Amino acid sequence: MSENLTFAKALNEGLRSSLEADDKVLIMGEDVGRLGGVFRITDGLQKDFGEHRVVDTPLAESGIVGTAIGLAMRGYRPVCEIQFDGFVFPAFDQITTQLARMRYRSAGRLEVPVVIRIPYGGGIGAIEHHSESPEALFAHTPGLRVVSPATPQDAYDMIRSSITSPDPVIFLEPKGRYWSKGAVDLGSPVATSGADGGTADPLGQARIARAGTDVTLVAYGPTVATALAAADALAAEGTSAEVVDLRSLSPMDVPAVVGSVRRTGRCVVVHEAPTFFGAGAELAARVTEECFYSLEAPVLRVGGFHTPYPVAKIEHDYLPSTDRVLDAVDRALAH
Amino acid sequence: MNPDAPQSAAAVEDLVQLVAPDGSRTDGPRAAAYRDRVAHIGTDELRAMYRDMVLTRRFDDESTALQRQGELGLYPQGRGQEAAQVGSAYALRPQDFVFPSYREHGVMQVRGVDAVDRLRIYRGTEHGGWDPADHNVQLNTLVLGSQTLHATGYALGVQRDGLVGTGDPQRDTAVVTYFGDGASSQGDVNEALVFAAVNNAPVVFFCQNNQWAISEPTSRQTRWPLYRRGEGFGIPGVRVDGNDVLASYAVMTEALERAYAGDGPTFVEAYTYRMGAHTTSDDPTRYRELAEEEEWALRDPIDRLAALLHAEGRWDDVWAADVEAQADAMAERLRAEVRAIEDPSPASMFDHVYAAGHAQVTVERDWFERYESETAGTTTEAAR
Repeated sequence: MSENLTFAKALNEGLRSSLEADDKVLIMGEDVGRLGGVFRITDGLQKDFGEHRVVDTPLAESGIVGTAIGLAMRGYRPVCEIQFDGFVFPAFDQITTQLARMRYRSAGRLEVPVVIRIPYGGGIGAIEHHSESPEALFAHTPGLRVVSPATPQDAYDMIRSSITSPDPVIFLEPKGRYWSKGAVDLGSPVATSGADGGTADPLGQARIARAGTDVTLVAYGPTVATALAAADALAAEGTSAEVVDLRSLSPMDVPAVVGSVRRTGRCVVVHEAPTFFGAGAELAARVTEECFYSLEAPVLRVGGFHTPYPVAKIEHDYLPSTDRVLDAVDRALAH
Repeated sequence: MNPDAPQSAAAVEDLVQLVAPDGSRTDGPRAAAYRDRVAHIGTDELRAMYRDMVLTRRFDDESTALQRQGELGLYPQGRGQEAAQVGSAYALRPQDFVFPSYREHGVMQVRGVDAVDRLRIYRGTEHGGWDPADHNVQLNTLVLGSQTLHATGYALGVQRDGLVGTGDPQRDTAVVTYFGDGASSQGDVNEALVFAAVNNAPVVFFCQNNQWAISEPTSRQTRWPLYRRGEGFGIPGVRVDGNDVLASYAVMTEALERAYAGDGPTFVEAYTYRMGAHTTSDDPTRYRELAEEEEWALRDPIDRLAALLHAEGRWDDVWAADVEAQADAMAERLRAEVRAIEDPSPASMFDHVYAAGHAQVTVERDWFERYESETAGTTTEAAR
């Protein structure tokens, strides 16, 4: 039975479900306890699970991730909240030099199943350091999984899968979508990945968000909605766009994108992060390698510019909009 | 006087010392406060400590030689710090967990981490070398100070497991992290002190002040005695003569008792000296004076313990010869077994990046293995 929930509430329910399922699961971060987090994602959890499981930490991001590594070595499964995307950088060292490679460095003897939740992306009129999209930095780091849900159902399912993952997960939450609503089946089973050696990787599967035949729009997190809006507009003009929601950047479900582009012959990638050295660059390279003889046009990218995230009054000129996606599709179709 | 020159140990304030450099037992109020903690340490225990210190130094010398012979890529020498490491490690219980930096050869010796395993990292065949669960010793951490946060987190786990304050010596558990005067400046160390203090975590911060962070003297890290670093965090601190194995042991027992009882962390500054280079790639003649090295050589921790054993009639030539023979045997085994460590297979670079099935690693591994098999014997390197 499904309920109509906000993205934020779906995450909250996913965290609650994980806390109930495994008493080694901990939530830790700044203001996650009594306040319930600045976005209220952990609302009510400390009240129900206690201060030792939902922990208000000192305001030190490296400390949060570094102690989470130690807790994980002791058998716990910490879920860290970084309050805003722009505040993850003090923890970048612990994430990249320690968390990501503890398994590798120990030749598989150590496991550090830490989840790092990061509200990311822009469009909310915020001040500096509150609208960043740092996903490429993490996807470029071997040893991490990097995922970003786009719908309330995926938020609920993917946070639970991430918490059961034996590998560290950077869980990017499109904060601009927190208050969007959608149907969520709270009874859906937890898809666990990896440990059994099976080939199924529920955290690494892309999703066809909308089927189409003329052009493939690839997006993840906050831009899935942008791509879907563009597809609506294109449909009105008689162009059939397929929208692929990547869900995961590391690993990246390249076969799903390749399969789509081989059908449509055109590919436009949409993300908020700067296009320069961004996820779209990787995707364009892979699509070019694997779909060379199917492509009717070069792979095009729509994304942020090579500037720091701009001030709120002009952020919508920076963010990929429906119109900019349509412009890219027009260019692709004109080839 | 060079303001950057380290203080001589004799002039260091508040130093806990139980044995003077000449091997005599130290008097005074600081010693009196800790003397009872070593009252049970008799000849057998002293000899065991001496043995471990001698084996640690031989490991150091042999590893340095192996590096010079091209068998190791690098080796960080621990000469001079044996007493701080062996003494503190002797105070640990089996269930305690150690988070070292990378110079803790004496701690490894006491905890039983195999000498060959300790060199795999420097041979270039493993990033780690042993299973941390075997001896409750985490792998070396090379990013300075990072391990202090891991130790603190681990201690928070111990606390959640209900293994502090039970009063049961079989159950109460502490965590120790080793780091140096250089690392004390790292943000992570200071964040670890915050997290440990506010949570009353059962962790001991064991800072070996060996006076030098490669070429930078401790005066480049702090204007204030390091053992007082904990004060602002609400963590008690103590400065111990790190070249005195008994004092190092005594101070550690106090810190551990505090942790076991649930009374929180302690900051220990072991005042010692890095008699060797930072690593085999370093050249200390570029930044420090021979006179300083000679002054500290007079406080050699192994000589001091030997002097104590002699002064108290605990020395025995047959026993001492056996210790030397054990060191010789260890060195011989090290030479043979380190040289015999096999190189890993190239494709093993793809192992253990993830638990299982990360598509990117799988694709790249498949490509690499195919490339290796298809180009076997045909590459430019092979043709040369």
